Amino acid sequence: MSRLRKQGLTRRALLSRAVAAGGLAVAGAGFIAAPDAAWAVEVTAITEHQMATLLQMARDIYPHDRVGDRFYAIAIKGYDSAEHRAMVAEGIEMLDAAAREAGFDNYLAAGWEAERVAILRSIEDSVFFQTVRGGLVTGLYNQKEVWPIFGYEGESFSQGGYIDRGFDDIDWL
Amino acid sequence: MANAARFELTDDSVVVIIGTGAGGGVLAYELARQGVKVVALEAGGRYLPEDYINDEWDSFGQLAWTDPRTTSGDWRVARDFSGLPAWIVKAVGGTTTHWAGASLRFQDHEWKALTTYGAVEGASLLDWPIDAAEMAPWYEKAEAKLGVTRTGNFPGLPGNNNYKVFEAGAKALGYKQVSTGRMAINSVDNDERPACQQTGFCFQGCKWGAKWSAAYTDIPRGEATGNLEVREHSHVARILHDNQGRVTGVEYFDRDGNLHFQAARIVALAGNSFESPRLLLNSASSMFPDGLANSSGQVGRNYMRHTTGSVYAIFEKPVRMWRGTTMAGIIQDEARHDPSRGFVGGYELETLALGLPFMAAFLDPGAWGREFTSALDHYENMAGMWIVGEDMPQSTNRVTLSDVEDRFGLKVANVHFSDHPNDIAMRNHAYRQGQAIYRAMGATRTLPTPPYPSTHNLGTNRMSERPEDGVVNRWGQSHDIPNLFVSDGSQFTTGAAENPTLTIVALAIRQADHIAREMSAGNL
Ligand SMILES: Cc1cc2nc3c(=O)[nH]c(=O)nc-3n(C[C@H](O)[C@H](O)[C@H](O)COP(=O)(O)OP(=O)(O)OC[C@H]3O[C@@H](n4cnc5c(N)ncnc54)[C@H](O)[C@@H]3O)c2cc1C
Ligand code: SF4
Repeated sequence: MSRLRKQGLTRRALLSRAVAAGGLAVAGAGFIAAPDAAWAVEVTAITEHQMATLLQMARDIYPHDRVGDRFYAIAIKGYDSAEHRAMVAEGIEMLDAAAREAGFDNYLAAGWEAERVAILRSIEDSVFFQTVRGGLVTGLYNQKEVWPIFGYEGESFSQGGYIDRGFDDIDWL
Repeated sequence: MANAARFELTDDSVVVIIGTGAGGGVLAYELARQGVKVVALEAGGRYLPEDYINDEWDSFGQLAWTDPRTTSGDWRVARDFSGLPAWIVKAVGGTTTHWAGASLRFQDHEWKALTTYGAVEGASLLDWPIDAAEMAPWYEKAEAKLGVTRTGNFPGLPGNNNYKVFEAGAKALGYKQVSTGRMAINSVDNDERPACQQTGFCFQGCKWGAKWSAAYTDIPRGEATGNLEVREHSHVARILHDNQGRVTGVEYFDRDGNLHFQAARIVALAGNSFESPRLLLNSASSMFPDGLANSSGQVGRNYMRHTTGSVYAIFEKPVRMWRGTTMAGIIQDEARHDPSRGFVGGYELETLALGLPFMAAFLDPGAWGREFTSALDHYENMAGMWIVGEDMPQSTNRVTLSDVEDRFGLKVANVHFSDHPNDIAMRNHAYRQGQAIYRAMGATRTLPTPPYPSTHNLGTNRMSERPEDGVVNRWGQSHDIPNLFVSDGSQFTTGAAENPTLTIVALAIRQADHIAREMSAGNL
């Protein structure tokens, strides 16, 4: 959670300032946040729309229904930088253009995952898509906080390995 | 290291060894033990069990060779990991820090691949100039050194969850040769190292030292003899020679980027199968315009990586495959040569587990969407195995010099690889068998997973009877230059079905014996 700002925003304060962005995150001036205000990401270099779109895109690329938005937000937070501004602007515009071609106002306006995935498929060979996807492989799955959701136990040496902790405890064979 | 020797750069009585992995690390100790003075130059740094990290990416950052390399050919690695053709180590001890420890002898017939299989179209098969009988005593010494389970008095390791699924599935299919294998992992306290604690990060360096690695066995022991100096962060750039065509020493960059010349009586090359031919090619001179030891044109050719692939499967209930030894067991019934299966040579099936971060990176590189993520969602219920089979040497699969340069301005290795039809037939057979094993245990989904970046790299300076067929002779000695040796996996004539390291170690012990004998006889 280190790079996320845990703000003391009330749900009402947030919603009153925010523009709903898809069903997922709420974009306001300078941040995007969970609709229930459980977390928020500040945006400084890119726009709220771009960040909210990146977040939805990340989820659609690697959808895990038991992994909360905040983990995806951490994985893409790095794109909010001067260095990435142009790449993000061009990439999101390309994605929104592909969405318009498919009959939606923009990418976030496509309500079903399958609709958004079809839009993503149409740009999957682009450098932008491949950069975002490639970054997620470590950005998402290398977060230690995500591992328990998948059951992965991580480091084990400090606990003496698994010799007394179930390396051979399978009971259903 | 109190005794560790220091030799002068001008001391031309020393044997210089390039690289300190399975080949170089063992050769260094075995020579030092016999009183030969050795300078071992290692491009990487020194890390010991207390330094190893139980975290896949952090460990990769610590140990892996990430200097640039380029790729070509139709193997999928060239697309998915174009700058990372191999997953190997740059550190004192080389890839023996990463390795899983599976330690198998070649089957007798595998020393004679051409004779046994006959000519295979498109393959550059050859018989090794040595055979099983000649290698048997060296294998015995190697097994004793590594403390290999199920050899000598060492018992087998206990099986973990991943193994239990694998074993039960194998037996359901009627396989007979299934066990927790022969592993260079202590099943009992041995060699001043503890027994395996089933920690499950064998690929990240064993923090207990239960798994054999040259980093904390042969290398410190060699240093303790007072005859071995290991210089880490020393990247060899070129091997030099005199106008009689004998090598005189090597040029290397130290950690600050300064270039030095270390004189040598003998040079032994053990940088693994990309760096060793790269170095020979980068050492081209007016006398040897095609690179050192390359009158045959075979330097860099016949690159082999074993026919690999993995099979993962998802079950109704948890397996937790990551717990315990990474490579916890083996099925050997398919290792035989039986052309009725539609291919020559054979393959082994060995359990394998990746942590979640590596599973995400390697399960189906480039894949995305629910087909991919729904598999990862059941990571806890996955079991996994790895295929390792004999691949066909092909003269067009090769290491050449790329146009890309590293930070020293040295041309890097380009690795070109395409599967031979025999490799594809074997892999498909193994995928079928692997999936059948798991289905027999009620797998709800099976995932035939493509090969990872190479972990086994062989053949690019191959051993041959005749000088025109290969780079080195039966001792790993260059056909062209008598005081130049190759001591790593690049000297393999063919790959056999077995994981290569026990054979690399056995060859290094044998080579040390030969070099020491020839030196004292005044022949070298
Ligand atoms: C994840 C993994 C699992 C494995 N599991 C097994 C297994 O279970 N069983 C098995 O038999 N094998 C296994 N292997 C393969 C095994 O590790 C290798 O076969 C073996 O280590 C190769 O030995 P080598 O001497 O050829 O090279 P390495 O051990 O790779 O050593 C080469 C050394 O040379 C150094 N070097 C290279 N170029 C230069 C230069 N120019 N100057 C100075 N130094 C240089 C490198 O930094 C490196 O330290 C595994 C490998 C990996 C990656
Ligand atoms: S499982 Fe055993 S060999 Fe592997 S790292 Fe752990 S203790 Fe070492």
